[in-house]
Amino acid sequence: MTNLHDHTHDHDHDHGSELSEAALRVRALETILTQKGYIDPAALDAIIETYETKIGPRNGARVVAKAWTDPAYKARLMSDATSAIAELGYSGRQGEHMRAVENTSELHNIVVCTLCSCYPWPVLGLPPVWYKSTPYRSRAVMDPRGVLNDFGVELPATTKIRVWDSTAEMRYLVLPMRPEGTETLSEDALADLVTRDSMIGTGLPLKKGQAR
Amino acid sequence: MISDLLAVLPAIPRDDDGPVFKEPWEAQAFAMVVALHSKGLFTWGEWVETLAHTIKSADDANDTYYHHWLNALEQIVIAKKVTSPENLHALEDAWDRAARATPHGQPIELTNDPAFVVTKA
Repeated sequence: MTNLHDHTHDHDHDHGSELSEAALRVRALETILTQKGYIDPAALDAIIETYETKIGPRNGARVVAKAWTDPAYKARLMSDATSAIAELGYSGRQGEHMRAVENTSELHNIVVCTLCSCYPWPVLGLPPVWYKSTPYRSRAVMDPRGVLNDFGVELPATTKIRVWDSTAEMRYLVLPMRPEGTETLSEDALADLVTRDSMIGTGLPLKKGQAR
Repeated sequence: MISDLLAVLPAIPRDDDGPVFKEPWEAQAFAMVVALHSKGLFTWGEWVETLAHTIKSADDANDTYYHHWLNALEQIVIAKKVTSPENLHALEDAWDRAARATPHGQPIELTNDPAFVVTKA
């Protein structure tokens, strides 16, 4: 496919605007697909908006907060995450086959992606750009503690780290440890502490009072 | 350690307010695939396969995830005979001319292409 874009565009920085090669290719695709009636630009914006906010990490955060406060729900989440997540009304594209893995003081879970479209968007929102990069993936497998350090997460040496390969068939949600001192917080307030990265395992939940 | 990561991933969104997409075109490319799938142009399995193949056969190790995504999108759209590489090239050139003819800061519209009449898809 690379031979498709061997041609170069003349670059003239003196005046006018400039679009990157990728942006030009995207606009060309969008133009053709719109002209042929395959897509509607307004619908595209709605999709972007949906995935950025409405179907954002808040869905997964609610799952985590409920698991922290409701032992019966947590038991269901651990035994059948797909159904437990669907209970809260979150299902659909890419969220179909989920498994929850629980962090404890002995074990920290990280999810990496070996295929490319296996990220559970309905639960976690859009993937961070680094999530599927080859260096992150290979390093997470070879040196998970080093990757965690890069993300500012220091775990006790006694905490084991388990790396899960997300695939097209099985997608993972990390159930982070509930931050200390949050016993009195409501489920809503707890959900505000749950970051996307904490549900991938490359971060920890915010501490009480850090919620934005 | 971190400089290794940053060297290959210059825009790691380290905090939760960081952008999910590095550039708007990435979000556009993402949304187009979702829309085309909803429209039934391809199944999600076909998309996964195309994207996985694109990543596996990539000859540029520096390609980012969304560059693979874009390569795969072009591939599947052409495979489904929605358009041809020639049409895509012609439109890329048209957009390029349109951008250059658009004063900095103004919205770039395809109609700004001085040769607009020849850019039918």
